[in-house]
Amino acid sequence: MTDVSAGRERLTDQLSDDVLVSWLYDMQLIREFETRTAQAYQQAKIGGFCHVYTGQEACCVGTIAAMEHDDPIVTAYRDHGHALARGMTPEACMAEMFGKITGCAKGKGGSMHMFDKPNHLYGGHGIVGAQTPLGTGLAFAARYQWEVMGEGSKKVALAYLGDGALNQGSFHEAQNLAGLLNLPVIYIVENNGYSMGTSIERGTTMADNLVLKAKGYGIKGLQIDGFDILNVYNQFKPLVDECRDLQRPGFVDLKTYRYQGHSMSDPQKYRSKDEVEEWKSKDSIAALLSHLMSERSAVTEADWKTMQKDIRDRVKKSVDFAESSPDPEMSELTTDVYANPQPNLSPTEDYRHGVRNPLL
Amino acid sequence: MPELNLVQAINQALDQEMTRDSRVVCLGEDVGANGGVFRVTEGLAAKHGGHRVQNTPLDESGIMGVAIGLAMADMRPIPEIQFEGFLGPAYDQLVNHGARYRNRTRGAIPIPLTVRVPVGGGIHAPELHSDSPEAIYAHTPGLKIVMPCTPYDAKGLLLSAIRDPDPVIFFEPKRVYRSFKEEVPEGDYTIPIGEAKLVSEGDDLTLVTWGASVFQALEAMDHLPDDVSIELIDLRSIYPFDMDAVARSVEKTGRCVIVHEAPLTCGLGAELSARIQEQCFLHLEAPVQRVTGFDTVMPYYKLELSYLPDAERIGKGVRECLAY
Ligand SMILES: Cc1ncc(C[n+]2csc(CCOP(=O)(O)OP(=O)(O)O)c2C)c(N)n1
Ligand SMILES: [Mg+2]
Repeated sequence: MTDVSAGRERLTDQLSDDVLVSWLYDMQLIREFETRTAQAYQQAKIGGFCHVYTGQEACCVGTIAAMEHDDPIVTAYRDHGHALARGMTPEACMAEMFGKITGCAKGKGGSMHMFDKPNHLYGGHGIVGAQTPLGTGLAFAARYQWEVMGEGSKKVALAYLGDGALNQGSFHEAQNLAGLLNLPVIYIVENNGYSMGTSIERGTTMADNLVLKAKGYGIKGLQIDGFDILNVYNQFKPLVDECRDLQRPGFVDLKTYRYQGHSMSDPQKYRSKDEVEEWKSKDSIAALLSHLMSERSAVTEADWKTMQKDIRDRVKKSVDFAESSPDPEMSELTTDVYANPQPNLSPTEDYRHGVRNPLL
Repeated sequence: MPELNLVQAINQALDQEMTRDSRVVCLGEDVGANGGVFRVTEGLAAKHGGHRVQNTPLDESGIMGVAIGLAMADMRPIPEIQFEGFLGPAYDQLVNHGARYRNRTRGAIPIPLTVRVPVGGGIHAPELHSDSPEAIYAHTPGLKIVMPCTPYDAKGLLLSAIRDPDPVIFFEPKRVYRSFKEEVPEGDYTIPIGEAKLVSEGDDLTLVTWGASVFQALEAMDHLPDDVSIELIDLRSIYPFDMDAVARSVEKTGRCVIVHEAPLTCGLGAELSARIQEQCFLHLEAPVQRVTGFDTVMPYYKLELSYLPDAERIGKGVRECLAY
């Protein structure tokens, strides 16, 4: 894919070395975090289902870098990367997957349900596609609060989805609404080519030109190579600025690849080893590293070694933290279902504590 | 007779019915070459062709609606919904259309649809992948619901479901999928929808349950004193349920404990309990007792086993009911 800004000065050229080094750090942090996540899952320390983000790091780091911190974000269930890129601590994220009370959602949501309101992350979502109207609602609120209530500044919401989610009705309803009402939300399709075992060509129409789908709803769309973080930023940032300025929606087909199986138990019969290797040879972290080393001379071999070690230590600490954190108490079973629970609605408590059923 | 687990028994029933009836079509996410999320349709696409084991995009509303359309045209569609929580997006098609079509057309257009859905907890999955929504659908006139928990019953009930002229939700307790094998006849046989199974006979108390909870109930019975005689009923059909079998048993024992994974309030236990008091009032020695999940969202795996009714809680319910 060509960089639209080639020839002109690229936006990333104006960014300091420090900023780009922080991207490298975040991407490597996510990669190391996911390596440890997979390990912990295999050791049965993480329950449920677990979907790692390895390979797609440039997507969340590059797009979030183009946002303001208070721009709201929603995503799907492959959400560890977005959480970390948005500033969730590795501890809270890892502990959540371990089901521990110290997790970002008190160990109640697990891998698919990372929430971090202070960092304006409105969650990972286990129902594929369901987050897209929610992101649209966040955009509605943001526009309303700025325009009608005079609060804050112009915001843009991000709604990430996978290529499989393109086919859910909810996504099409969301787009039509956003197009109709001019809501400042950008739908980012992290197009890794597969929805479980279904390749995108077998799952959706116009697979090689997804922006047409957005066009049908009057939404401007871009196709972006999501494996090159500089390119992600250079193409995505102007779209964000435009959507913020004009308070209208956008769509991005962000081409990427997941290195691991769909979940931790995926025989991957649907793709070849060669295909995986080919993508790995273009690895986004290696590409950014090489840019920082050779073109910018901003990072040395020694710096990179130190960074990797720091990250390893940091992630290891998060695993230790998760492991040593307490399990949720039984009483957590009934918390946070309602703000004001009706005490006598059901004899849940009596059953649980071994008291006789009040009927008896 | 070959021994099969639940997955294999369902697979065999699908295979045989596809061979017998060319109107049978399976459809769903990755049901083709990949054999579905729990590999239940493994090998069927290779044998019967991709047009009969149709991979679909990720779109439950579309899958369900298309399946209902197929049924309207007298096909025998069998959509697979990967987990019970994903019935959410398909709910409109199933409840507002599939369930009502026979009535809406005054009998002119029946919907011979069989929706296969893994159900229930116990596999360490999070919410939406561990729920027990059977009562929601039992509360929907026009739908039939079954939930077999043994390979033998699964094959016989699935064949009945496919041949039934009305829409049936065929819930597959995922905790049982590969937990044990039993002898399953290779030939054709059906188990009527609406017929419960007497798992064990007894005189002192009737235990009514279904799905994976049947095995928790059996475990609870193992821990009861030898002189306590329990009659265990596996309901198997959630709607229509076999009230005759339940009433017959409760009239004999005078006591009843109902066990289910779903939350207590408005669970199927509530309906059964009401029916029992309506039909068996003069025979009852104790109030009907329910041992169920709690009125809360299905918790993530650390608390999963505290949520699901286990042998200990069932045993306690039984002892309390006996002591009344
Ligand atoms: C409504 C619903 N249907 C099915 C699933 C099961 N499921 C989970 S992820 C997935 C594939 C999604 O693929 P994609 O949107 O491309 O995201 P990716 O896994 O590639 O990140 C499926 C079918 C689900 N979670 N929710
Ligand atoms: Mg995908």
